[in-house]
Amino acid sequence: MYQANIIKKIIALTSALFFLFVNTTVAIAANTNNVKSASNKSSSAVTDEEIYYLLNRISFGVRPGDIESVKAIGIKAFIEEQLNPETIPESQSVTDFIKDDDALTMSPIALYRSFGPPAVKAAMAKAGSDSPDDKKEAQKEIHKLAHEVFKDNAQLRVLRALYSPRQLQEVMTDFWFNHFNISADKGLDRILVGNYENVAIRPYTMGKFRDLLGATCHHAAMLFYLDNAENSIAKTDKNGKKYGGLNENYARELMELHTLGVDGGYTQDDVIQLAKILTGLGLPPQGRRAFAAGIDENTGTYFNEQRHDFSDKILLGQTIKGSGEQEIEQALDILASNPATARHISYQLAQYFVADKPPSSLVRKLTNRYMQSGGNIKAMLADLFTSNEFWDPQYRQAKYKNPFRYAVSVLRSTNAQPDNYDRVIDFLRQQGMPLYGCLTPDGYKNTEDAWLNPDTLLKRIGFATGIASGSMKQLCPQPPNYNDLSTTFGDKLSVNTQHVISKAPDKLKVALLLGSPDFMRY
Amino acid sequence: MYILNRRQFLQNASLISLSALFPGTSSWAFSNGNINSTNNKLIVILLRGAIDGLSVVVPYGDNRYYDLRPTIAVAKPGQDQGVIDLNSYFGMHPALAPLLPFWQAKTLAFVQAAGSPDPTRSHFDAQDYMETGVPGKKMITSGWLNRLVCEIPSNKSPLQALSLGAVLPRIFAGAAEVGSAPRTISGNKIVLDRPVIGDLFSELYCDQSSDLGRAYADGMAAHKTIEEAMTEPAKPANSPPAASADTPAQFNPFSRSGVVGMGENGGKNSTIDALLAEQKAASRGAPSPKNNGDFGKQLALLMNRDNSIQIAFTDFGGWDTHVNQGNGKGQLANRLEPLAAGLAELVDGLGPLYKQTTIVVMSEFGRTVKENGNRGTDHGHGNAMWLLGGNISGGKVYGRWSDLNESNLYQGRDLPATTDFRDVLCYVLNDHLAVSKKSLANIFPGFTMSGKALA
Repeated sequence: MYQANIIKKIIALTSALFFLFVNTTVAIAANTNNVKSASNKSSSAVTDEEIYYLLNRISFGVRPGDIESVKAIGIKAFIEEQLNPETIPESQSVTDFIKDDDALTMSPIALYRSFGPPAVKAAMAKAGSDSPDDKKEAQKEIHKLAHEVFKDNAQLRVLRALYSPRQLQEVMTDFWFNHFNISADKGLDRILVGNYENVAIRPYTMGKFRDLLGATCHHAAMLFYLDNAENSIAKTDKNGKKYGGLNENYARELMELHTLGVDGGYTQDDVIQLAKILTGLGLPPQGRRAFAAGIDENTGTYFNEQRHDFSDKILLGQTIKGSGEQEIEQALDILASNPATARHISYQLAQYFVADKPPSSLVRKLTNRYMQSGGNIKAMLADLFTSNEFWDPQYRQAKYKNPFRYAVSVLRSTNAQPDNYDRVIDFLRQQGMPLYGCLTPDGYKNTEDAWLNPDTLLKRIGFATGIASGSMKQLCPQPPNYNDLSTTFGDKLSVNTQHVISKAPDKLKVALLLGSPDFMRY
Repeated sequence: MYILNRRQFLQNASLISLSALFPGTSSWAFSNGNINSTNNKLIVILLRGAIDGLSVVVPYGDNRYYDLRPTIAVAKPGQDQGVIDLNSYFGMHPALAPLLPFWQAKTLAFVQAAGSPDPTRSHFDAQDYMETGVPGKKMITSGWLNRLVCEIPSNKSPLQALSLGAVLPRIFAGAAEVGSAPRTISGNKIVLDRPVIGDLFSELYCDQSSDLGRAYADGMAAHKTIEEAMTEPAKPANSPPAASADTPAQFNPFSRSGVVGMGENGGKNSTIDALLAEQKAASRGAPSPKNNGDFGKQLALLMNRDNSIQIAFTDFGGWDTHVNQGNGKGQLANRLEPLAAGLAELVDGLGPLYKQTTIVVMSEFGRTVKENGNRGTDHGHGNAMWLLGGNISGGKVYGRWSDLNESNLYQGRDLPATTDFRDVLCYVLNDHLAVSKKSLANIFPGFTMSGKALA
């Protein structure tokens, strides 16, 4: 739960400090001509506005009291702490939620057996029935359970974004999940998506990119989603009938989206070569061999030599000798160490954390750090958060919140204590951003042009007024008090927004703040 | 260059006041029946994920088709789940049966082996190119449909261009303002219809030089227009807005019934929520037609009620059939069925308006001619474009076609793109929307129409 002890009534900030957030190109703040690396500043020299900006980028939104907490330890220590999430104790609400639900920590294999087709079989065997009607009934029940598992995972995602003190880790989980997107709308991935995020994404968010790449490549959810489970050498059976064959889907996206980028210099032939390298990597066999040796319980993957193409391959000009599973590691090494990958990842990070059109000097800096550090994400982030570009005042309020960030930031700002998150999940669907529901492998974008839309903007205002009025009881049982919010946000608003709020009836002030143009940006 | 685009119109208008702009009835809306050449309609439907055009317009007359697709070929006419014969060589997928009457009435045509000159097999690049209308150039940010709106005379309606869906697609990005509506169109009241709340938020979003200010103004304008259009019976002109009963004197900022923020129509809202809960997002936010089978009925209803709607766009996903594509039945058939039914309902619902309307259905690229190892198909090149419309010379399969001989395929594996998709679009724009050649050059820079797309 959100800890109330960090709220300290502080002296109202001097009203002389107005920052115009609406027109970000007009920087009127003091010191704006003098862009300094904030890490070099002593914490006393850092303004509340700078901390507000930093918090908005590193977390899913500022809560009342957050600015003071950062001030207390200094921003350097704060960034350092966020870059090392393992040093921060996880929130009790998160650990309790996980403890209460076995399905949240089950392995892919266990999930498959408990909520996939084997569960139906088991239920039928237990009932000693083989009637089709019973089977239908059993299927329905198992589907229901599977949907529950999915829903719990979606709730946990919101819960973490809302309460976890490891905010940067959650923000990076959002970033990497979309980079290595899978969709819960594709069959089996409905039950595997939570495990995928917990096992293949979250532990690697600030480690080496190569490890993250390897983890996603060796997870059942990814291999199923991008059809590599179907990718096999073409074979001929006893009767001369051909079966199996290449499936290029994962190979293509592995280069286009996960590593090199679409202009990363690969050809259709490279796609085919990589597809051949990846043949055989898929899901465990079924039936009698369901417990075969070599099944990785933790990731739900299995390398089937029988399906692998053992010929030599040439990927991006480099020869990879046909050797089996080891070829995949070689290929991932080649892809991860390619400068095109460094550029691609750097651009995306800069775009996510700074601006939709990120400054090229920053992209270059991050690219160099990637190459120099062997793809060390933490080192890249440390550079990013201390770069002049990041602290350039022109980027304050430069980003438009995507629906997830908007909803979570509303809840964080009001210190809402939701009973459950169904309305957030509904809201995200109506905004065109269902949780775990991006069907295409490019994941959700984080740019303004992807999300700013007249109809959805009005719906955001509807959401804000719903929270403010107390009519969304599940999400925010107590209507928030404007005074609690104004301490943190009041002087960060544009002159116009402050003016409109000041003359509005008290009952509407919170709705206006949360639905304001200022609150749509960060 | 156009003198005053609709964005500028709204900018100027905002100097007055929003409420003065949007009285009870769309004063700018053309009255029904007032047909002129510039009020012809265009509906574009993008099938994201690359639909298999060889299952849509099936070359059953070429036996290689059956050799190359042992499990996923659609059978010959007359066989079980076989194609519907079109011209003794091509047949239409059996799931498209609802469209047969239009083929027979010669208002449905296909252009087979159409596509982009760019060789990319990336969904995302290819969709972008089809939406920007400038293949191969990544720096283009505006969409061709938006540039079209800039080129045609404005009818000053916030819904002249209408996008259906939660996110504004690339094809509509650009200078002209575009109205957007949820996929489930309804005339529900929203919290901003309450005068005090609405006025305060209008003030918050009064800055028309900001993206957010314009989006807000557009959203309100579109909302009011849709609300009026969907409210039965149509109100006489100059009647006061429905919300005016809610005067400041009896002001209660929030509904008595504990309304939830997103829509105020309590009972109806829960149905819509339930419907929405069933929807699954698909390619780039586009849902599968399975979950949006009503799109045709709804769009037709709205277009009939508000004749100012001229250019509409929507998209459907779920066509990326790498695995178990199916043949006359199966995965692809299950998605084609609701799409065809929706299109048929759209045409039927448009009624007399169909004469003025052209519907284009397209997809970013086609799929491999040969089936892959998983009874599916991989990313290919040329594809079929579908044209429906009262003025289309239909009942024909257009496009340059040789056969499926490997030597005639693009890179030995895919249908070539023998007709540039822009050539088809130019034809429609020129012939149907009276867009001049000069304007076409602004809409599709660097491209010149051959005039032979439907020759």
